[in-house]
Amino acid sequence: MAWVNAVIQGVLTGGLYALFACGLSLMFGVMKVVNLAHGDLAVVAGYVAIGIITVTHIPVLWSFLIVVPVMAVLGYVLQRTFIQGALDRSVLTTLMVTFGLSVVIENGLLQFFTANSRAIGTNLALVSGSFNLGSQIQIAYLLVVIFAVAVVVLLGLQYYLSASKYGRLIRASADDREAAQLAGADYRHVFGIAAAIAFGTVALAGVAYGMYSQLAPTTGTDTILLFAFAAVVIGGLGSLWGTLVGGVVLGVAQQIGAQINISDEVLAGYLVFLAVLVLRPQGLTTRRTHS
Amino acid sequence: MSMVREAPGRPAAEFRVTRSRRNVAWTGAVALIVVVVLAYFPYIVYSGTTTIMVQAFIVLTLACMWNLLAGYAGLVSVGQQAFVGLGAYLVLILAIGGTSPFAALPVAAIGCGVAALPMWWLVSRLRSGYFAIATWVLAATIMLIIEKFSSIGGGTGMPLPGLSGFGPVLLSAYTYWAGLTVTVLALVAVYLLLRGRLGLSLTAIRDDEVAARSAGVRVGLARLLVFVVAGAGCGAAGGLLAISQLQVQPSAVFSVQWTAEMAFATIIGGLGTIEGPILGTAVYVVLQQTLSSYNAWYLIILGLVAIIVALFARRGLWGLVDGRLHLRLFPVGYWLRTPGATGRPGAGSD
Repeated sequence: MAWVNAVIQGVLTGGLYALFACGLSLMFGVMKVVNLAHGDLAVVAGYVAIGIITVTHIPVLWSFLIVVPVMAVLGYVLQRTFIQGALDRSVLTTLMVTFGLSVVIENGLLQFFTANSRAIGTNLALVSGSFNLGSQIQIAYLLVVIFAVAVVVLLGLQYYLSASKYGRLIRASADDREAAQLAGADYRHVFGIAAAIAFGTVALAGVAYGMYSQLAPTTGTDTILLFAFAAVVIGGLGSLWGTLVGGVVLGVAQQIGAQINISDEVLAGYLVFLAVLVLRPQGLTTRRTHS
Repeated sequence: MSMVREAPGRPAAEFRVTRSRRNVAWTGAVALIVVVVLAYFPYIVYSGTTTIMVQAFIVLTLACMWNLLAGYAGLVSVGQQAFVGLGAYLVLILAIGGTSPFAALPVAAIGCGVAALPMWWLVSRLRSGYFAIATWVLAATIMLIIEKFSSIGGGTGMPLPGLSGFGPVLLSAYTYWAGLTVTVLALVAVYLLLRGRLGLSLTAIRDDEVAARSAGVRVGLARLLVFVVAGAGCGAAGGLLAISQLQVQPSAVFSVQWTAEMAFATIIGGLGTIEGPILGTAVYVVLQQTLSSYNAWYLIILGLVAIIVALFARRGLWGLVDGRLHLRLFPVGYWLRTPGATGRPGAGSD
């Protein structure tokens, strides 16, 4: 029964990992930018939420209404300044600039907010409550909600990119920005909007992780960025559904690892990631090989 | 009749292909003098100064290797701390076995070069940005695996044995000389590699990968070679780190901060030049020493400067020097001197 529990918990945390990976995947799919500051920005979103809740005393869940738009605006601004500037030079420059941002943000958080870890909304029934399946399996409400949010976000993005007018514009700019430019689309603005959407999901991921566990300055890289990346590679690059599959596989691997030895949770996830890299470098869900 | 047809009225003798735009024979002599003076340092300066110098040697060696990766082979790795950690642990393991930590340094370098082979096999499946994070995940994985062995300190690490026989003065002098040796060897190795066939291949790849491939350049092999050399260099720096810290702690030696420091020093100094990392390391040491009482501020400022340099002065500080003086201390490219324009030639590539 413990193993069944591990699988169920793993699938549910997979939703959280898919939420982590969503923004990374979108930025790469549209702008071909791998944002190494991805995780640190999620932590920033979490810290902003904590700040807003402490200062204004608004209900915890309402903080999403502020944090998501704030991060979306930040995403647009960062894309139009630093990231687009780097992109105009070379792909290598985007890596150096986003890596620089990652280190600056992480150490800035460390400097201003200490290394202490912080949680969001621990006194909330949604965060601490759970229900029982049978006698041995206990499922947290929060994980179910996060999983549902991840599915809704991925479904919404999929629909938005494939069916909406602006989504088509984003895909057109991603495929061939010069051609899109000739057809009258300002690809810089389109990329900005795509970054805003990606950063919106980053905000969701950061606050969700703050509720599920705890946020510290180093959480951004050693947990969020690396898990997001592992989920993307396991699922297959450039596929939003693959991201969910990847997140679930990573989550299950970690929970089974923790079942074997409690300290092997993270290692088990990475070993599955490396196994996928060796056996199916194109990921579990994509068929054609990527370049 | 020779195969090369000479242009009428322009004898071929007037064209000269040289290694540099100026005679740099004196550079070698100056470099030699600098090394000799540096080797004499432990006799003339306080041990506090040599300790700072050892730290500079570590960062310079790392920056040289990162420059080789990112500046010449187009590989942005953010997982070089894997080799720093492995090098430190190889020295620790050999020291536990009774080898002198100093004698263990070359073994650590070679061991890390060998370890780079299977790691390349894993991470080379991914390109550019995803390659970068893959190296990071790999470094995290290696740290988690090493933490499982309690005989080498587990998750908390352990002090480095085998150095208690040295007095404090002698130990700091030996550490300094070891650091100087590692750094000079790293610089010479990178210089010779880039002057040779590999340098030509890498320049061709950097300019146009597809064209280089079709001209018969073995792109994968060239990158593998760079990854192995960079692994060995970072491993030697890691071993040096273990000796200078007198202990090995997994979260410290496998910290991504090492990659941040080597990358920032390289970017600020000038990516894709041998002089760049040296200049960048100097900037790093000055900032780090000035702001040493303000915790992580030096890293924040270095990061911001590196971002600005990467965006607005892509050839770094050395690029500014080179742009004004047309100077290369360690020329690795070729330069075509055309008649009538010997002072400031209009065409060439370094």
